[in-house]
Amino acid sequence: MRAALAVSSLLRNRARTALAVAGIAVATAMLLDMVMLASGMRLSFRDLLDARGFQIRLSPKGTLPFDTEATVGDASALVAAVAAVPGVAVVAPNLGAQLIAPRADGAITVAAIGVVPEVQGDFALRDGRLPQSGEVVASPAALQALSRSLGDTVTIADGWDPQLRTVREAVVRRIVGVGRFYYLGADQPVVALPLSDLQASAQGARADRISSAMVRIAPGRGVDEVAAAIGRTAPRVSVLTTAEAVSQADERLAYFRNLAFILGSVSLAVGFLLIATLMTVSVNERIGEIAVQRAIGVAASRIVQQIVVEGLLLSLLGGVIGLGLGLLTARYLDHILGAFPGLPPEIAFFVFQPRDAFTSLGLLLLAGTFAGVLPAYRAARLPIATALREEAVA
Amino acid sequence: MTVLLDAVNLHRDYAMAADAVHALRGLSVQIAAGDYVAIVGPSGCGKSTLLNLLGALDRPTQGAVRIRGTDVATLDDRAATAFRLTSVGFVFQRFHLLPMLSAEENVALPMAEAGVPREARRARARELLAYVGLAGRADHRPTQLSGGEQQRVAIARALANRPALILADEPTGELDARTGAEIIALFERLNADGTTIVVVTHDDTLAAAARRVVQMRDGAIVADERLRP
Repeated sequence: MRAALAVSSLLRNRARTALAVAGIAVATAMLLDMVMLASGMRLSFRDLLDARGFQIRLSPKGTLPFDTEATVGDASALVAAVAAVPGVAVVAPNLGAQLIAPRADGAITVAAIGVVPEVQGDFALRDGRLPQSGEVVASPAALQALSRSLGDTVTIADGWDPQLRTVREAVVRRIVGVGRFYYLGADQPVVALPLSDLQASAQGARADRISSAMVRIAPGRGVDEVAAAIGRTAPRVSVLTTAEAVSQADERLAYFRNLAFILGSVSLAVGFLLIATLMTVSVNERIGEIAVQRAIGVAASRIVQQIVVEGLLLSLLGGVIGLGLGLLTARYLDHILGAFPGLPPEIAFFVFQPRDAFTSLGLLLLAGTFAGVLPAYRAARLPIATALREEAVA
Repeated sequence: MTVLLDAVNLHRDYAMAADAVHALRGLSVQIAAGDYVAIVGPSGCGKSTLLNLLGALDRPTQGAVRIRGTDVATLDDRAATAFRLTSVGFVFQRFHLLPMLSAEENVALPMAEAGVPREARRARARELLAYVGLAGRADHRPTQLSGGEQQRVAIARALANRPALILADEPTGELDARTGAEIIALFERLNADGTTIVVVTHDDTLAAAARRVVQMRDGAIVADERLRP
């Protein structure tokens, strides 16, 4: 009967209850978004690294993969040595470079990745096939920027002379595939070509050099164990496991987590204050009614129970609506933030996990419970005779 | 005569900013089981204060209120609540029904608190509503009932847990003369059926219907007259 009374009390002033629920829903939505933001980039970064099934990254000593333009020489020997390490299944070296692609109105810069097509982990084919010597796979942004299609040819060069308005060391390559590049921005013109083709450019400056390599370990082998073995075999490179990379990224993302924590706390406080205010107003309006219930023998604990249940119901209703609202706003915000230039399309700021929803709802229900306790306790401790007299006078 | 209620040397002081207000000054009264007592007197003489003490809604500054031998003035909050739930029925001037509950649910509320099973309390609530003449209004909300009907529901609610004592504070105060007369007749019937009633009133007609009239002034009893056995 107490639950029914709690529901009836909330329905008595429907407009106020609806406004309170709307307020709680907004606070919950913000709370959920902040909880999602706190772990979202970390999770999506981890998923990005895991996407192609490589567990270890190698980069020139003292750098992080994708962080610099540094390269490491004598790459063939390095790759062979790493491939021979027990537990290593695949080594996928790559070389990054900035190339120039002329077009009718001048030229654009294109990111080029030299890969070993059969084992590469930088892109997935959306159309066409893997490149052989003299061929490239291009990103949709590159095709659009150069007004090209699958099967067309494209001219790429190592340099651009602004005085003569012409390119240097230009070569013509056929576009044999369209790829989705995992680690580069969706808006970025990219071409992938055989590693040997890229190493042969720049008048030999890139010969037998790579920027980094990804390592896939054999099933049943421990990542840390294999990483340590690679480190011993190849002291010239930094060896980074996915867990370490995520951990390092995590440190760099501390700003987001702190921001999310602060805004999430504010949302929770707003929700708490909203419920506490509503319950205080509601209890004050019902002092006489509560005194009468106490007079006819309703226990103080039952009054507390009813008011706390009212707070909980408000939190639950607002919370459930807020979760839906939070998911919608997260999707919208993710769309806005994901459009940031150069950001890999796989990176998401807000990643939904059921645990986040439970956390947000749980925190809000806890806040709702505590918010109802003080007004409930005050109502239960009313001096009954005084409250009845004041009600009669009123 | 079996004494149901024995109030001894009751004092009730209220601490005010300037000075203490002595609402009751050493009042003593005994009420027999099955009696029907009207407490009358001018406003501020302590009638309602006395009623609150008899019903364990308040505690005396000094003195004892023994009901069936138990001093209710010494009960802690939990015990006083249980006492009010099972031993006393309250009827208020403004009815004080819960607006979101139907007449039947209002009557059933004290039984629900006492742990009476749903079907049993529903049957008892229907029976009580029939007793007060509202058999056809069980599903009506208080706002759909007239003042007299609301007061009858409140009386049915007071009877829900078969209390030994009904305490009524100005039960006809908000009613017109005709409706008031219906309530007075209902109280007479209740008393005739064996319920002990103590009613605080300014209503001479209601007081005249009682078996005994206790007159108060300045926190003390100044007259105690038995009108009928």
